[in-house]
Amino acid sequence: MSIRLISALIAVAPFAANAQSQLNMTQGVSEISQRVYNLHMTIFYICCVIGVIVFGIMFASMILHRKSKGHQPATFHENVKVEILWTAIPFVILIGMAIPATKTLIAMEDTSESDVTIIVTGSQWKWHYKYFDRDVEFFSLLATPQEQINNRLQKGENYLLEVDRPLVIPTDRKVRFLITSDDVIHAWWVPDFAIKKDANPGFINEIWTKVETPGVYRGQCAELCGKDHGFMPIVVIAKEPDEFESWLDEQEVIAREAKAEEQRLLALSMSKEELMSLGESVYLGNCAACHQPNGEGIPGVFPSLKGTDMVLNDRDAHIDIVVNGKKGTAMQAFGAQLSLRELAAVITYERNAWGNNTGDLVQAADVNQFVNR
Amino acid sequence: MSTAAGEMTHHDHHHHAPSGLTRWFFTTNHKEIGSLYLWFSFIMFLVGGSMAMVIRAELFQPGLQLVEPHFFNQMTTVHGLVMVFGAVMPAFVGLANWMIPLMIGAPDMALPRMNNWSFWILPFAFMILLGSLFMEGGGPAFGWTFYAPLSTSYSPDSTALFVFSIHIMGISSIMGAINVIVTVMNMRAPGMTYMKMPMFVWTWLITAFLLIAVMPVLACAATMVLTDKYFGTSFFDAAGGGDPVLFQHIFWFFGHPEVYIMILPSFGIVSAIIPAFSRKKLFGYSSMVYATGAIAGLSFLVWAHHMFTTGMPVGAEIFFMYATMLISIPTGVKVFNWVATMWRGAISFETPMLFAIAFVVLFTIGGFSGLMLAMTPADFQYHDSYFVVAHFHYVLVSGAVFSIMAAAYYWLPKWTGHMYDETLGRWHFWCSLISVNVLFFPMHFVGLAGMPRRIPDYALQFADINKIVSYGAFAFGLSQLIFLWVVIKCARGGERAPMKPWEGAEGLEWTIPSPAPLHTFETPPEVK
Repeated sequence: MSIRLISALIAVAPFAANAQSQLNMTQGVSEISQRVYNLHMTIFYICCVIGVIVFGIMFASMILHRKSKGHQPATFHENVKVEILWTAIPFVILIGMAIPATKTLIAMEDTSESDVTIIVTGSQWKWHYKYFDRDVEFFSLLATPQEQINNRLQKGENYLLEVDRPLVIPTDRKVRFLITSDDVIHAWWVPDFAIKKDANPGFINEIWTKVETPGVYRGQCAELCGKDHGFMPIVVIAKEPDEFESWLDEQEVIAREAKAEEQRLLALSMSKEELMSLGESVYLGNCAACHQPNGEGIPGVFPSLKGTDMVLNDRDAHIDIVVNGKKGTAMQAFGAQLSLRELAAVITYERNAWGNNTGDLVQAADVNQFVNR
Repeated sequence: MSTAAGEMTHHDHHHHAPSGLTRWFFTTNHKEIGSLYLWFSFIMFLVGGSMAMVIRAELFQPGLQLVEPHFFNQMTTVHGLVMVFGAVMPAFVGLANWMIPLMIGAPDMALPRMNNWSFWILPFAFMILLGSLFMEGGGPAFGWTFYAPLSTSYSPDSTALFVFSIHIMGISSIMGAINVIVTVMNMRAPGMTYMKMPMFVWTWLITAFLLIAVMPVLACAATMVLTDKYFGTSFFDAAGGGDPVLFQHIFWFFGHPEVYIMILPSFGIVSAIIPAFSRKKLFGYSSMVYATGAIAGLSFLVWAHHMFTTGMPVGAEIFFMYATMLISIPTGVKVFNWVATMWRGAISFETPMLFAIAFVVLFTIGGFSGLMLAMTPADFQYHDSYFVVAHFHYVLVSGAVFSIMAAAYYWLPKWTGHMYDETLGRWHFWCSLISVNVLFFPMHFVGLAGMPRRIPDYALQFADINKIVSYGAFAFGLSQLIFLWVVIKCARGGERAPMKPWEGAEGLEWTIPSPAPLHTFETPPEVK
């Protein structure tokens, strides 16, 4: 049996050469990830050799020294020399393993002299990226439609590994990530960079990478963070440095224009139809994960919005909780995540959907009073 | 060790035990309490196993089919808790209750009333835990490791019940451990010096010290979660000056010794079975004792290897990497000693031996992946992936659980007075062996390929392997029903077992009749 296992292990080894293997660790796209891969394969082969020797002796004994073959038991049961030997040899092997491991580790933890810094913030269940010293920041949410998850639509190629707005980084530059969280602990894992770092609320972790090849790299949250832990992927696009710089400039312009547009819209009123249709899509994208598409929440975990006091009677409290969140609960502050229009629309939607029918219309200007409180 | 046969006299006429249910409620007899523990742990094994079946059914193919993510998280959490605290630990306490007095020539455990209590609070702990699944908002859904703040500000209302059930389990374990220590230290038969004790007694003695050292730490962690959630403290909340990573340090200071609590008694069991069926004395007895002690000592120095990705200083990462690697040396000594015991023996392959051999091989594979996990840079890739799931199931299922099955087959004739059905036993073994590897071996591959653990749905490239894994899981689950059948059949009848059914077995337990009478060693045997 275990001979079969060993041969299975050895049979898998050739896959090692293939970076796209679905059976082995990726070699990744940075010098560090390559070193981690080499370290992984080195230990793996050492373990295989030890396994072949130890299990080999054991199986030889099981075949040669069977009672059914009439083998008579020996009487030895102690040998200090042998004991010392098989304590010392593993110790030497371990030292051999520890040296490359320590070197790689020290290189991985050296976050000094970075070229680009990006603040990565996890929250239930999305990632937020902010380029340090630049006016570019955005949320990155799962882009796989709910219909695919619920098996009503054919699943796409990058099922559960696709986002609405990927992170963009430059190649050949040392990119430093400052990782933190807004609520529970998440972990930012991109296998191709050999990066996995916990996002701890209230603390900042540092990690870096220097990507060698342009491309799209995908990862996932690796620390259990609640209900939709399996649904907060990471997508990183690595671009040539020039391309990256022009992308970043472009994003800054877009962000400025959006802000100006937002101010202009403050004076305008949207119709109920407009508010409700925009509100529904915002609700499904941001709120339904907890409060459920039917607004009823999950009893005991996520409160219902259907026919509840705040939604029916207290418009100010409703706007406040959506914009500023509720401390110490899973209710996030959406003021930073959604535009004023979207906030107005989703609050209007909640106050009029599922039979709530308050008739209230909330406009961008109403919401604006609660932002930055 | 050589032993003199104990004077066996039956004192059944002294026994005024109540009958029916009250007999089991009020019993202070180590054999009856041992049986209660063993049956309880088997029931919990089936309960936790059926949760694993739910998990594997949901993961059979991509997409959400059977359960909601929130319920899925409850399943992974309660599966872990039930298996660790309900199946593996009580099974070992049951074996300790049954076998330690028989192995050291004591008439019973030293503290029989406490023994009764430590068992009978357990079913209530699990009723509370399992009952919370039916509450509004569901049961614990934050993983058996209950990391804050997911288990504090963001946990379901039932969290208090989870904390109380953990407290009760902890109290039960501590009382069990005290009982083992007091029994072993005070009630050994004349001549039974420490270095003549069977390895099972040695490993359990060391395990008991580990339990007393770390169960209070778990209780602290659980209590701090309780006060953070309900009473406004902020041990684990940075906004109040606390630190969520502090929780992990406390938890794993308990958690790492805990994994040795679940494996050291296995070492003892295998060290009894391999010599018996190799018809040769255990090789390197004293080095086995020292190795067990070394593993227990090191277990307090390695906790943070579960936390390499939390952002520790590089010096701490290096320390915990080296300390963790060191553990492989005493563990290796154990494996080498078992192989040396088999070498040039006269080996036969009855079911206990089959399970023991499988234990050595599969536990060692789990040890190899453990060594790989110790390498901090590589751990960044392995951590929280299915590679870790594969690793700890190799050491816990094909390790601890296989050793418990080996022990059950080995001592069933002593417990029931009947030989178990060898053919069925072999069926159970081969079905379990094949399915456990179909179940857990491919998990290494999906983990390396990048599949995180504790997710209810996964990307398409993981689909093929997850399907294979699920088939393995269903087969392994069904195989355990054969075991249930074997045990019931053996308890109800079968070929009569002699005093010593295994030719090469050694120890005082084989000097008393089978089934072991209710009271044994009322006059202590003389050990030469």
